[in-house]
Amino acid sequence: MSDAPLIDIKNVTHTFQTKSGPLQVLDDLNISVREGGFCAVVGPSGCGKSTLTRLVAGLLKPDEGEVWLHGERVKSPRSTVGMAFQNPVLLEWRTILQNVMLPMEIVPTKTTKKQQEERARYLLALVGLEGFEDKRPSELSGGMRQRASLCRSLVHQPDVLILDEPFGALDAFTREDLWQTMHKVKEKEPFTGLLITHDLRESIFLADQVVVLSGRPARAQYVLDVPMDGPRDLEHLYTHEAAEMLTILRHQIEIAQGRAPVGSPAEPA
Amino acid sequence: MFVHKVVVPVAAMVIFLLFWEALVWAMGWPNYKMASPSDLWPAYVKYADLFVINSWQTLWRTVAGLGLAIIFGTLLGMVMGFSRIMREALYPLLVGFNAVPKATVVPIVALMFVGAHDFNTVLIAFMISFFPIAVSVSIGLSTLEPEYRDILAALGASKVTIFWKIALPKTLPEFFGALKVSVTLAFIGTNLMEIVSPHGRGLGALFDSGKTNSDYPLMFAVLIALAALGILLYYVVIALEKALAGWAVRD
Ligand SMILES: Nc1ncnc2c1ncn2[C@@H]1O[C@H](COP(=O)(O)OP(=O)(O)OP(=O)(O)O)[C@@H](O)[C@H]1O
Ligand SMILES: [Mg+2]
Repeated sequence: MSDAPLIDIKNVTHTFQTKSGPLQVLDDLNISVREGGFCAVVGPSGCGKSTLTRLVAGLLKPDEGEVWLHGERVKSPRSTVGMAFQNPVLLEWRTILQNVMLPMEIVPTKTTKKQQEERARYLLALVGLEGFEDKRPSELSGGMRQRASLCRSLVHQPDVLILDEPFGALDAFTREDLWQTMHKVKEKEPFTGLLITHDLRESIFLADQVVVLSGRPARAQYVLDVPMDGPRDLEHLYTHEAAEMLTILRHQIEIAQGRAPVGSPAEPA
Repeated sequence: MFVHKVVVPVAAMVIFLLFWEALVWAMGWPNYKMASPSDLWPAYVKYADLFVINSWQTLWRTVAGLGLAIIFGTLLGMVMGFSRIMREALYPLLVGFNAVPKATVVPIVALMFVGAHDFNTVLIAFMISFFPIAVSVSIGLSTLEPEYRDILAALGASKVTIFWKIALPKTLPEFFGALKVSVTLAFIGTNLMEIVSPHGRGLGALFDSGKTNSDYPLMFAVLIALAALGILLYYVVIALEKALAGWAVRD
């Protein structure tokens, strides 16, 4: 099973029935991510990125095409998936620790309550939230809440992590902090990642593969392999290679938005 | 803490009573126009056992009606909160039902179930008070952000689990907001029925007998007793809110 992709999105087409008629959001979309890989998806606003995450999570069924995880076709939500959103959605009536432990109340596990708590505490320490376990979500900053939300998405040891613009609402410095936290977490917690983002620098800093989606209905318009593996530091974003990748991606986004012709001006020579 | 929660309200109450006494004295109002607090005391002493019995009657029927309103209102709110079709179907009906002044319904109910006084009273208390609860629960559930559902749904959690773990606790603050309105309404419902229906039970009936006998201090004494019961019920709700939805209160 070495070669088979862990996340495999095959010819997926999806249409919403809205009040003003059918709205096609995904058109024959193909994306595959190898085990342990980290795929970033970028694309114009409203093109169908969140819809894609909901399809992969099994929260929606595609009209056509198939989503496969771990060699099994996704027909309904499964507990081997972890999810985090732009809104950290922490439950205000629970402490941070209780929030992080929430998935383990749903997913059947063989672990004891004590082991579960240890795991939650371990993750919170990993993302730098040691000492905040008993605080309420409202007592934390936006960045800290997002860290807690990340812990919650990982606590039940999912093998697929789906992140829908998790850092989108954070300021630039906090965001860069969290990028580095992500690398630290990825080193300790093996998962295969699918990250939706609006930030091209974020995509090449975190992912090993960047998929540019076209405007609605979204197709995979361009796939960029990021030739860097494992943890990296922020300096990498200021190298010549990074600048080149960003130029290509920016140009692809302009094409997707319909602002640039499908030509070659910014494509590397 | 003690000063704010106890001393301040009690002081306000005392000042109010003194002001009332002074006003009646200064204006020289006779008893039938406005009784003063010092006239009420004899009324309480004279009818002490009647006050105890009738207060209990009023209290238990109000609480029973309110209890039914909570159960029915919550269920109705759940149905409307989870299903858009049900919401669209039931809303106009509910608004229309609520718009009918309950004072006009009281005689009808009293005639419909002649003799069943407890039942009548509880029914009116219930009918007048379930509306805010149903509306608040349905709004709370229907405005639940999809992400809140998704964090559990993505793990394969059932609708029931999502309701218990997320939707229900998240609507508790709105629910208690509505309950504070409903508790007062239920109280009004009980008293309407007690005054109109000739069964001689409850503080409303005591009020009515005060009226028949032109015992004005008794009528005012009943009003104050009603106010005291209302305050008691209201603070029970506040205490429940603190215990169950204290996390939503920021001070
Ligand atoms: N449940 C739904 N019913 C009808 N239309 C929907 C539904 N969900 C999304 N849409 C529509 O589908 C399109 C794609 O939505 P989606 O949220 O997937 O976009 P997105 O790429 O995530 O956007 P953004 O970058 O702003 O987050 C939008 O036009 C949206 O209005
Ligand atoms: Mg989105």
